[in-house]
Amino acid sequence: MSRALANRFTPYMFMAPAVVIMAMALIYPLGYMIWGSFRAWNPSQSIGEAEFVGLKNYVTLWKDPNFHESLGVTLKFAFFVVSFEMIIGVGLALLLDRNIRGMSVLRTMFILPMMIAPVVVGLMWRYMYHPTVGTFNRLLNDWGLPKIDWLGQHALNSIIIADIWQWTPFIFILSLAALQSLPSSALEAAKIDGATSWQQIIYIKIPLMMPVLIVTCLLRLIDAFKVLEVILVMTQGGPGLSTEILALRISRTATEFRELGVAAAMSNYLLLLLLALTVGMFLFTRLQEVRAARIRAAIDEDL
Amino acid sequence: MAEKYEKQNPAFYVLIAILVFMSIGPVLLMLVNSFKLDVDILSGTSGLLFLPTIQNYETALCDVLWYEPEHLDFCQLKFGGAFVNSLIIALVSTALTLVIGCMAAYALVRFRFMGRDTVSLTTLMVRMVPPAVLLVPVFGLWNNEFCLDKNGLIGGLIRDTLGGRGDVCLAGTHSGIILVYVAMNLPFVIWILQSFIVQVPRSLEEAARVDGAGPFQVFFKIVLPLIKPGLAAAAIFTFRIAWNEYLLASALSDRDTKTVPILIVNNMSEFNVEWGVIMATGMLLAIPPIIFTLFASRQIITGMTAGAVKG
Repeated sequence: MSRALANRFTPYMFMAPAVVIMAMALIYPLGYMIWGSFRAWNPSQSIGEAEFVGLKNYVTLWKDPNFHESLGVTLKFAFFVVSFEMIIGVGLALLLDRNIRGMSVLRTMFILPMMIAPVVVGLMWRYMYHPTVGTFNRLLNDWGLPKIDWLGQHALNSIIIADIWQWTPFIFILSLAALQSLPSSALEAAKIDGATSWQQIIYIKIPLMMPVLIVTCLLRLIDAFKVLEVILVMTQGGPGLSTEILALRISRTATEFRELGVAAAMSNYLLLLLLALTVGMFLFTRLQEVRAARIRAAIDEDL
Repeated sequence: MAEKYEKQNPAFYVLIAILVFMSIGPVLLMLVNSFKLDVDILSGTSGLLFLPTIQNYETALCDVLWYEPEHLDFCQLKFGGAFVNSLIIALVSTALTLVIGCMAAYALVRFRFMGRDTVSLTTLMVRMVPPAVLLVPVFGLWNNEFCLDKNGLIGGLIRDTLGGRGDVCLAGTHSGIILVYVAMNLPFVIWILQSFIVQVPRSLEEAARVDGAGPFQVFFKIVLPLIKPGLAAAAIFTFRIAWNEYLLASALSDRDTKTVPILIVNNMSEFNVEWGVIMATGMLLAIPPIIFTLFASRQIITGMTAGAVKG
């Protein structure tokens, strides 16, 4: 009897610590934020003292041109970063999917940029982009070319390049893994039928990799909205608002302008955006599973 | 292991060399610069013609050195202390996340219980929450709500021993930062470990249970040793986030609990950047992840692919 009871409680005992911690430090704060977003709230007040203002924070943001600019920068950043990384990453994976000596060393070298702290990545690139002592302008100078104002006029492009440097390997590694797990029978059949390597890539490899590619793309997209430290160190959102992505604006609204209510409302907008992406990813993987199950059922019937 | 390697076009090797140079070039540049004096960095005599010096590292670590560096009259950068803080926070939060996440993942995979689907869906959903979104509520909660009254029993005891005014709050303590990091990393760890636990053969566990092992014994003695690769991958990813994170740590730490990224950002934002010292601190912050990458790249790749492909 006691044994059966103990068994019944086992899963709850295993789950309890995780549930408690996540409820306390994730779910409760998120609820707290939604509640706080309806208030005029500054850091010296506790949330109970803050005045309830209804949807005012959301409406203010909706009309705020700075918020629009910031949102635009975020979307532009995410779009360009993800598209370039997908193209370069998948391209390199297709190119390097060969049986060569030292492939594992190569992969180790490629994951290095991802593992290093974003703060340090920002630091390195800020040095390289430096107008006078930076590596790039020195090279341009040595070659007799005009200097480029990397973090001034072209700030957004420069941070996009830095992010591409850091995260293309992620897509490269995942697509390489996908490529190497493709069924060899399909490729063999294509080779026997005389398909050129371009035809193999376009008609066989890419379509078969598609599920992994879409998930990778969505993961990267979600991460692109989280980028903050690299940009903070490189440009601090400037010049003007040209690189002030949403995450950075949230942190500045909270710490510099001391408007926690507005920052909370902004966080909610960002969260909604990410929620849409996550739900999209979730639905997509479910769809894949259903389709796989149906194919398996069809095969079983044939047998 | 007699694998056959295909012969490749020389242009192919050139391409690979360029790629490798591009990906590790910036890191090497930082390493080289961290051994240069500021004069050498600014003078523009680029290249490898300089006298390497550890002066930058001495400046950065002046508070933990056993001797006083000659070029310094005052120890301004307390980098050593921050390094210790970072280490404590990263190691404790990694250990806690792994233990707690492992147990939760096991329960989600092996047991059918009420609320299982809710928990599993919630973990999937909260994975996307960015640290910036947590900034506002965590700052408010840690400072105002997660506090012990200074007149209460435990709060009073802590206040008496540590001194200070006001209530005892989570903000400004190591545990405060550790709590956020554990919560932030749990969804990912649970998710990734689920895919490893599924592969553990059920028959092994049943055999152990027949031999009279309780559920906790089965978990710790049978399941845990079998999912070591998964644990390694999860540990590296958790450590990486806890070690590198800046935003939440900067909102929650006080003077004594600052971590390394905070110090670096604070020293960067000042107008006159001392490149040599900054590069040295950056290098010190980058060393643990670099070591992991060199020695555990296989686990990292496993973790990454398991995380994305099993989506």
